[in-house]
Amino acid sequence: MRAMTYRGPYKIRVEEKDLPAIEHPNDAVVRVTLAAICGSDLHLYHGLMPDTRVGHTFGHEFIGIVEKVGPSVQNLQVGDRVMVPFNIYCGSCWFCARGLYSNCHNVNANATAVGGIYGYSHTTGGYDGGQAEYVRVPFADVGPTKIPDWMSDEDAVLLTDATATGYFGAQLGDIAEGDTVVVLGAGPVGLVAAQSSWLMGAGRVIVVDHLDYRLEKARSFAHAETLNFTEYDDIVVELKKQTDFLGADVAIECVGAEADGNLLQHVAGAKLKMQGGSPVALNWAIDGVRKGATISVMGAYGPIPNAVKFGDALNKGLTLRMNQAPVKRQWPRLFEHVRNGYLTPSDMVTHRFPLEEIAEAYHVFSGKLDGCIKPLIVPGAA
Amino acid sequence: MTSSDIPSAYIGEKRTPAPSREELRARIPGWGVDLDPADRPSNPKLLPGPDTGAHWDFPERQPGSAGRERSIEHAFVTPVFGTAQPLKGVSGAIRRLAYDRFSEGRLAHWMLLVVGDRVDAVEGHLASIAGLRPDVPATGLRAELTHGGLGSRRGRVDARHHVLDPFVVGGPWLVAAGAAVLGARRVVRALRR
Repeated sequence: MRAMTYRGPYKIRVEEKDLPAIEHPNDAVVRVTLAAICGSDLHLYHGLMPDTRVGHTFGHEFIGIVEKVGPSVQNLQVGDRVMVPFNIYCGSCWFCARGLYSNCHNVNANATAVGGIYGYSHTTGGYDGGQAEYVRVPFADVGPTKIPDWMSDEDAVLLTDATATGYFGAQLGDIAEGDTVVVLGAGPVGLVAAQSSWLMGAGRVIVVDHLDYRLEKARSFAHAETLNFTEYDDIVVELKKQTDFLGADVAIECVGAEADGNLLQHVAGAKLKMQGGSPVALNWAIDGVRKGATISVMGAYGPIPNAVKFGDALNKGLTLRMNQAPVKRQWPRLFEHVRNGYLTPSDMVTHRFPLEEIAEAYHVFSGKLDGCIKPLIVPGAA
Repeated sequence: MTSSDIPSAYIGEKRTPAPSREELRARIPGWGVDLDPADRPSNPKLLPGPDTGAHWDFPERQPGSAGRERSIEHAFVTPVFGTAQPLKGVSGAIRRLAYDRFSEGRLAHWMLLVVGDRVDAVEGHLASIAGLRPDVPATGLRAELTHGGLGSRRGRVDARHHVLDPFVVGGPWLVAAGAAVLGARRVVRALRR
């Protein structure tokens, strides 16, 4: 089969690989019909995640058709059209039994600090991902769900991570009616977090980024006010001014390891890999909220220590909440919101690339070229 | 500054209340449909989930776990595990040391894995040359021409560090090429003697 393969930082290509096999009785093999590149894939692409092996196939946002099932699979049949959450999880361990699907203890032998994720290095379990023609799906009775007939492929693929994560970010913000919510980052997760904040009763939503085309999207897609941080000498001071010197009630950090805005932090974190990413947006969140506020962290960081301003977080009495989204726990509600038009994931799609052009897709998304917000990958479209 | 000018942070109530429910509902599709914090899908944090579909207490064990690397914070290799890209070569030895010797709580664990990644890349590049499909320093560069590389970056703050990318990406290749030339020169000189 054809599959995206990692060749080292900034280098990927499409190669011929063996078809995935049923390796466990509850495995399925899914023929991928649509995949996406996530902003967090760029951390792998840039070599930021430890134990990213040459030959690895990325991709944790994908949908497809069930091609094979293992002997113990009861809930899926060959031919089913399925969406697969980015979490690989067993559904039965201590953590899964309490709804922490993203923290499953039975699927990632390489680390206890993170659960299993498709195509996201060996630090998250060593599973090849869905930017390929076929993918192995462990625990087929637990993770995948048949796509409702009314749902489009593009909405479905964006519900496997970006939409669920953005909505989860707003949830972890513990938004109360009338709150002022600041969303850092106007990528797909930030855009959905901004949309979702309104559903939870926000009185004001402000999105911060430096890319004008994404801020325009935040205004039209998420009805948000926007701040381009490059237009201000100090974005933290501007956030205070915007909120009558209180600071925001809630901040949702949707940027993660490759944040811009501080050259030293960016170079140390994202270029020289001296820390687990550049925590500029997280530090702005800590300093830009009011005392006693809640910060929800959805941006992805690596396991190496970061220069985060915990002293300010302590002294301000902040609540910091974070996790990888337990995607399937969100789905019933998200399906309602998509059907009602309250969340509109596919409106974020800007680019569609055949699998054979995935190197160009990564370069466009990484460089934020051509107004790119969300690129999709279409296997077999070349 | 008169008392009415004093910002909200210095008095007991916000001076500018949020817009009314009616106004927000008229402007924002779905405003407030998830207003009740107790009726949000992941609340509370440790909520027993609905039926997950699991029909086991402990999953059947996937065959082939013998010798597979694992975090020493785990009691055993997990019952299901990834089998992509098993450890091999010098990078594999470095990674195995990281897993066998250091817990995830130790910086040495992660730094060894980062070193393993860089060695793996070198091994991969050498193998790619031997396989007659050599790696290039960076891929996807054609998009600079087809998707407005220069125009897209004009005036952007991140353009400051985009100029570093050629050095970050190409630097190791230049160093390797230089070392290869120097090495070859030494070999030639030694042979001439």
